Amino acid sequence: MSEVVFDRIVKTYQRNSIRALDDVSFSADRGSLFGLIGPDGAGKTSIFRILATLTLPDRGQARVSGWDVVKDYSKIRQVVGYMPGRFSLYPDLSVGENLSFFAALFNTTVQANYDLIKDIYRQIEPFKKRRAGALSGGMKQKLALCCALIHRPSILFLDEPTTGVDAVSRKEFWQTLGNLRKQGITILVSTPYMDEAARCENIALIQNGKILSINTPQKIAGEFPETLFAVRSNNMSGLLRDLRGMSGIGSCYTFGEFHHITFRQGIENPQKWLVGELESKHHHEIEFMQVQPTIEDCFIRLMKKDE
Amino acid sequence: MNSRTVIRTKNLTKRFGSFVAVNHISFEVSAGEIFGFLGANGAGKTTAMRMLCGLSRPTEGEAEIAGFDVYRQQEKIKKNIGYMSQKFSLYEDLTVYENIRFFGGIYGLRPRALKEKSKALISRLGLENESNKLVRSLPLGWKQKLAFSVAVIHDPGIVFLDEPTGGVDPITRRQFWDLIYEAAGRGITVFVSTHYMDEAEYFNRLSIMVDGEIAALDSPSALKQKYHAASMDEVFFELARRAVRQSDEP
Repeated sequence: MSEVVFDRIVKTYQRNSIRALDDVSFSADRGSLFGLIGPDGAGKTSIFRILATLTLPDRGQARVSGWDVVKDYSKIRQVVGYMPGRFSLYPDLSVGENLSFFAALFNTTVQANYDLIKDIYRQIEPFKKRRAGALSGGMKQKLALCCALIHRPSILFLDEPTTGVDAVSRKEFWQTLGNLRKQGITILVSTPYMDEAARCENIALIQNGKILSINTPQKIAGEFPETLFAVRSNNMSGLLRDLRGMSGIGSCYTFGEFHHITFRQGIENPQKWLVGELESKHHHEIEFMQVQPTIEDCFIRLMKKDE
Repeated sequence: MNSRTVIRTKNLTKRFGSFVAVNHISFEVSAGEIFGFLGANGAGKTTAMRMLCGLSRPTEGEAEIAGFDVYRQQEKIKKNIGYMSQKFSLYEDLTVYENIRFFGGIYGLRPRALKEKSKALISRLGLENESNKLVRSLPLGWKQKLAFSVAVIHDPGIVFLDEPTGGVDPITRRQFWDLIYEAAGRGITVFVSTHYMDEAEYFNRLSIMVDGEIAALDSPSALKQKYHAASMDEVFFELARRAVRQSDEP
């Protein structure tokens, strides 16, 4: 059963001059963790704003929990929790006051729903009396998540909750999301970090208002149509330049401590050919291996294809 | 790479009341080096960077940036460094040309030099047809490249980049690193903070701050060896999880 349905949505801004969403469709099942993966400006925030009934689509239909985002907006607002990308709590209210305020807006109390936020709120409780505006980035995000959860929504929209958050806190945040899912909450989350895609059941890769691909992370990675290799040597910047100059190399880009490459078709024994070429260009300590494509590899390939 | 030292700190410390945000950090960075400045949120990176940029006065310790003292020569420091952050880089409602003029002026370029530099910069980035367009209308990738070029328009000795690639698509992120390498090749020291651990592999050397102190400082390969880690992600995780202080003190 689809909890969130986005059907051929078009959204433009500034008298049609900016096409933020261009015929975008996807759906997320009840109780699932669905990821919108794409860089800034891809259209992720527009998707959330339409689903949260804060802006109207130009064309197409969207439904949340069976309700239409245009006709039934007040019903939808009762059942969703929305955490915008930009910090949107009251900076001059304290941590505790913000939480009570959002509970009151939904006619409930912090006590009534404390079990749902307990694990997250415990981490910020020592700063309960501090003004929200004076919290650090990570703490603000935790408070914002608590406020989005305090009316016990059945669907959670999280717009880039981990942007600007360090690698350790990001891991913790995703564990928290996993726990919320176990409580039956449907979660739609966006991120520009490709490595977080693997944490979702289903993902949509988005760029320039268009969906490049939708599937499970495993299937998207599995659909990478070429064989991908990783290579490194004693001189990584020289290696990148040399690889880009070789006619037998299809694509080549940095990837952490390796460069990732694909070969053009028609090269027999690519490893032998490549190592020979690189040795003739005075590379040493050459390492070469086949690797499994990641979501980032897929994204790069789809972006190039789209151009 | 020549070995002239352009950043030198000794026991640099910043306290806010009883809270020690940056605790006696000592390190040196050489000209032309690409130096990574990593740490978890709240580890003290921003406070340290603000002191290095001449924006915040240290509580104690010494630091010399591009040959200038952080206590007595803060204005000289500001003229001799470039700064770019992900959050604030360009004015969206000024045109490309106006942004270049504005920041060039702020960095103290004289009108004639500014005119020449603007022209060269626009042609190098291939933005001739866009120079009178609002920055708002540019794709993010171009904005980032423009922001970086503006940050080094006055040929500073050092450029500080505070999470320059956050939220950027994977291709633009890589193109941005080409610019970093190019600047380093011209002798500009590049001082970068990032949350992308794959980028940690691209630094000549990097430091990782934990609880206000520099917990590790070396080349990526030496750090991986030391911590028996396969990737910089593992090194970072190993160090950052040792943090005991909360990112906010009650």
